[in-house]
Amino acid sequence: MRGLSHFYPSEIVEFQVGDPELGLGRMVMGEHVRSETIPVPVARDAGIAVPPELDSDDLVVRHLIKQGNRDVTGQDFAWYAELQMSEWQAPPDAMRLERREWGDFYGYALRVLEGGEVVAEGEGLWEELQSRVERANTLFRELRRIERNDVGVISAEMEELRLRERALQRDPDIEPDALRAQLDQIQDRQAILDQEFQTLRGEIDILRRELYRDTLVATVTGGQEVQIRIGDIVRAVQPNSLSLTAKAVEYVQQFWAFVSGEPREANTAGGIFPAIFGTVTMVLLMSMIVSPFGVLAAIYLREYATQGPLLRLIRISVYNLAGVPSIVYGVFGLGFFIYTMGGSIDQLFYSERLPSPTFGSPALIWASLTLALLTLPVVIVSTEEGLARIPSSVRHGSLALGATKSETLWKVVVPLATPAMMTGMILAIARAAGEVAPLMLVGVVKLAPTLPVDSTFPFIHLERQIMHLGFHIYDVGFQSPNVEAARPLVYATALVLVILIIVLNLTAISIRNRLRERYRAASD
Amino acid sequence: MTSMTTAPRPVASPAKTPSGMKGVTFQVRDLNLYYGKEQALKGINLDIPRHKVTAFIGPSGCGKSTLLRCFNRMNDLVDVCRVEGKILLDGDDIYARGVDVAELRRKVGMVFQKPNPFPKSIYENVAYGLRLQGVNNKAVLDEVVERSLRGAALWDEVKDRLGDNAFGLSGGQQQRLVIARAIAIEPEVILLDEPASALDPISTLKIEELINELKNQYTILIVTHNMQQAARVSDYTAFMYLGDLVEYDETDKIFTEPEKKQTEDYITGRYG
Repeated sequence: MRGLSHFYPSEIVEFQVGDPELGLGRMVMGEHVRSETIPVPVARDAGIAVPPELDSDDLVVRHLIKQGNRDVTGQDFAWYAELQMSEWQAPPDAMRLERREWGDFYGYALRVLEGGEVVAEGEGLWEELQSRVERANTLFRELRRIERNDVGVISAEMEELRLRERALQRDPDIEPDALRAQLDQIQDRQAILDQEFQTLRGEIDILRRELYRDTLVATVTGGQEVQIRIGDIVRAVQPNSLSLTAKAVEYVQQFWAFVSGEPREANTAGGIFPAIFGTVTMVLLMSMIVSPFGVLAAIYLREYATQGPLLRLIRISVYNLAGVPSIVYGVFGLGFFIYTMGGSIDQLFYSERLPSPTFGSPALIWASLTLALLTLPVVIVSTEEGLARIPSSVRHGSLALGATKSETLWKVVVPLATPAMMTGMILAIARAAGEVAPLMLVGVVKLAPTLPVDSTFPFIHLERQIMHLGFHIYDVGFQSPNVEAARPLVYATALVLVILIIVLNLTAISIRNRLRERYRAASD
Repeated sequence: MTSMTTAPRPVASPAKTPSGMKGVTFQVRDLNLYYGKEQALKGINLDIPRHKVTAFIGPSGCGKSTLLRCFNRMNDLVDVCRVEGKILLDGDDIYARGVDVAELRRKVGMVFQKPNPFPKSIYENVAYGLRLQGVNNKAVLDEVVERSLRGAALWDEVKDRLGDNAFGLSGGQQQRLVIARAIAIEPEVILLDEPASALDPISTLKIEELINELKNQYTILIVTHNMQQAARVSDYTAFMYLGDLVEYDETDKIFTEPEKKQTEDYITGRYG
């Protein structure tokens, strides 16, 4: 619930604080976060001027106010004792700006400047501001796209060329003429790329100038004037003057921005899209790895292996794997997958990049493999049970038609056992999506610069590190520099993670139910 | 399970060959079958006539189903089962070394007590055996599916829903579908293991009519608990008791003037 309520535009309040004896002084403006009641001695310790007539059994109330303006006041969350404050006001033109840096801003808009000239003031100011924020956001997205894609493509190719050059220079067998010819070719290409890069740089510079063309002059409460570049503003809201429907629209937009956006400011603001994407990609990849292995292993154990003490031992071992603490899998993944397998892959295929590792460091593929290993027992056990439940009459029917054992297995038995396999997958997905501990060792990071899927060849980058919702919760909740700002995001992220797992599970369950419906009568 | 046999050879104990038999499909010679240490079939010798219905009757546990399963080697699926002796199908020992069991089962189809359609459409159930043989031509499959379903007297009931799942059919329809599936691969022999015991009387009647139709083209072996059924559908009847073949003769003879007292007692319901 707290995760959900975070996105609702709450009221901006304004009041004065000061010593009641000396009269009220400073103005404070912000959003009320929560209140608590504390005993007088605690309040005194916290530096609140408590009137001397209150004794130590009395209680005082204090409120946590999100006052934002970290660049102006230095502190975006602050406690104020109720007995120090005046009546709360809710000025209708109070505005909140969501900014790309320095957190939120609370204050009043004064005028909009373009190149130092005033273009809007007073009447029509708000509309002008909104349209300019919109324009700046479009420019910002364009800028991001160029930086991400176009520049990314060029630098990827540059890197490729650099590595080829290195490989050529290292090659002892190459003819000097051929070497020179190839190096020339590489240099030509590099020159072209450099040219392209310069062009892009020029474009970026223009865009950046355009982005920061406009300035908003605003006052913080108390009257101090502040200049804010409109290019830094993500959105501007006057929550006190919004109608209920407008608030609902705002709520949906905020939630969408959270789900689809990228994190900012050390993950304490912005969205969680990379984490959602990373989690889903990893779970899907894991399912693709674990299902064939698990199903084949179960079929072998159930249908082909000679039943005996050895098989019983293997089966017990598999069942016990399900009980191994997940961090142990993480350590195994790090030692075996990353250092041994990844290291060997680097030696064999990416030797020109050494010593910087390609696959020999935590990556999406290793995270998926580790999770696949972790969930393998679940899939094996449920598939085996599914196979055991297939009535022998169906097998006999197929064999009596001249089918061999493997034909019977693949054409009749396995299709009938698919609902059971799906059950195994559901359990595996539920476990994998929520797992954090092993992932910290094998491929999940606090902030991944790029998504594992993009438009540069080979499109799915298994060697990249990913963000993960579970780890994101841990990181934002416990590693964050700004605890108060992060708190609602932790709730919201947890909510998204739970929803995601439910969605993944519902998908799997609906597939299973459809299969089960189809094969219903056979398992009677 | 000795060497390959190409022609029927004279055997020590005389085979029970009822009079009036023309062609012979199976010749069973000195067949002993053991489940572990227990002997389930004891020195069976008999000939199965071609294009006739031969019924096996006897009390539960007498070995009639076991014997039936010997004809397409379904007993191979039981780990502890061991077979001695010979069964000749058109002169070739089906228990000889090097016999392709899948090939044998294509020649000797089988229908089980409980209908066991596959989790596929009606069409695919019938086409299953052909597809196993690599037939994927749509026209050929269509034709065979229709002919088989007609052969099993099911065509008119399902022709509009061939794509539906076979589990949607009633028990009797499923059993006829299974028979259609068996005849789709054109076997020589059809083994029926109590095919009507799980069905209602009307479905049973349909199956019995079907058996009468089928015997023109196929050699049919049927195991049944139901004496009236054996009397109605079969041309020859074998009475088994505790693993022994007690008496084997034309059905009329067995039911009217059996030679053995045991047979008479069973048929008249004195034990069983």
